[in-house]
Amino acid sequence: MRTYDCDVVVVGAGPGGSMAARYCAEGGLKTILLEKKAEVGAPLRCAEGVSKKWLEEVGIEPEPMWIRGDMKGAIIKSPQGTTFQLDESKAGSEVGYVLERHLFDKALARDAAKAGAQIMMRTSCTGIIREEGKIVGVKARSMGEEIEIRAKCVVAADGFESQVGRWAGIDTTLKLNDIDSCIQYRMVNIDCVPDYCEFVIGSVAPGGYIWIFPKGEGVANVGIGVMGRLCKGNGDAKYYLDKFIAEDPRLSKGQILEIMGGFVSTCPGLDCAVDDNIILVGDAARIIDPITGGGICHACRTGMYAGKVLTECAKTGDFSKQALMPYEKMWRDRMEDKLFRNWMAKEKLASLDDETIDELIKMIKDSDIGEVNVYNLLKVVKEKFPKVVEGFEDLI
Amino acid sequence: MKVDVNKCLHCGGCVGSCPQNAIFLNDFVLEFNDDCTKCGRCVKLCPVAALSME
Repeated sequence: MRTYDCDVVVVGAGPGGSMAARYCAEGGLKTILLEKKAEVGAPLRCAEGVSKKWLEEVGIEPEPMWIRGDMKGAIIKSPQGTTFQLDESKAGSEVGYVLERHLFDKALARDAAKAGAQIMMRTSCTGIIREEGKIVGVKARSMGEEIEIRAKCVVAADGFESQVGRWAGIDTTLKLNDIDSCIQYRMVNIDCVPDYCEFVIGSVAPGGYIWIFPKGEGVANVGIGVMGRLCKGNGDAKYYLDKFIAEDPRLSKGQILEIMGGFVSTCPGLDCAVDDNIILVGDAARIIDPITGGGICHACRTGMYAGKVLTECAKTGDFSKQALMPYEKMWRDRMEDKLFRNWMAKEKLASLDDETIDELIKMIKDSDIGEVNVYNLLKVVKEKFPKVVEGFEDLI
Repeated sequence: MKVDVNKCLHCGGCVGSCPQNAIFLNDFVLEFNDDCTKCGRCVKLCPVAALSME
């Protein structure tokens, strides 16, 4: 069997994996990045909306080729049609770009390659290799050939599937409350507001929301997430999205060019995303904003943290759980409070009826908040509807 | 488990939701291994109802 040797093997060339590979390679580590598909960034499983501020934080320079649209704001709607429009001046850090994910992902993989990482396409990780109990690499199938990749540390960046971590003995199983089942259409010939990302909450999308993210010229990503606990096994996500589209005159004459599925976790992240000789990043570590379902920024941050910590570990040759704990501290210090707060807020939001949601949106509309973000919205809610934030008011 | 290959979008949602880690997505093919307990979670969650109990 063909065997490859390296310092770090990264499983999955999404944003988290490519960032981890880039920062490992920049740190001088011999890095191999595996991608099971035949193309980086495709097929798409994403709504493609991101905020902007974090890009600089992780060392990504915006490139015109992967920016489809620069958003002016966001629109939040209740099922009754009450609309709250957030403009750029007020939307602050929550507004951003609509991406061309297939090009964004390729740009990040290119940067990993530039830094010196070796990329193996159509190479699917099939298991973990252990020797005397210790993780020493992964088994993989590369263009049909069974291979072994020996490494001092494995970075699991295999996205929502999150199998690599589980093969390594880390429990990444989610509760039904913390899974959203999603489907999205790339629609054309529709009449959406350009430059505004639209979110519709309430019974149109049980426990989740419907999004319309414009891609210019009557094109948009129109999708839905439905909370797992509220799914009934009838293809709920598709059912609710089709119903919404049929009843919205802006969308009902549109045509669908692409259908994609994809799940997101809506928990505050794994209890611990490291173990001896393994780190989990991004979706694989269940580090996703539980309210928005946004994961790209979290994947890039955790990928970068993993690369930096592994570079340090390489200096002593110690990749034990203890040595990897700085990674755990880095992502928690940066994101844990917000993840936890939004997780609690998601649970409450899912329990509200349409009338209450409508009242909430009306109230937010009438209130004079400065910069609009989840935190400031929750502050207003805390004032007017203290019951909604019961149990996590201390975080607001 | 039965997969309707004409509906499946190969999104991998069932893979990541399976409490047994018993599902593997190999390109356009979903494979269930013997660890599957037929708990029905994947059936419940599939966005397009591509899965059913055999």
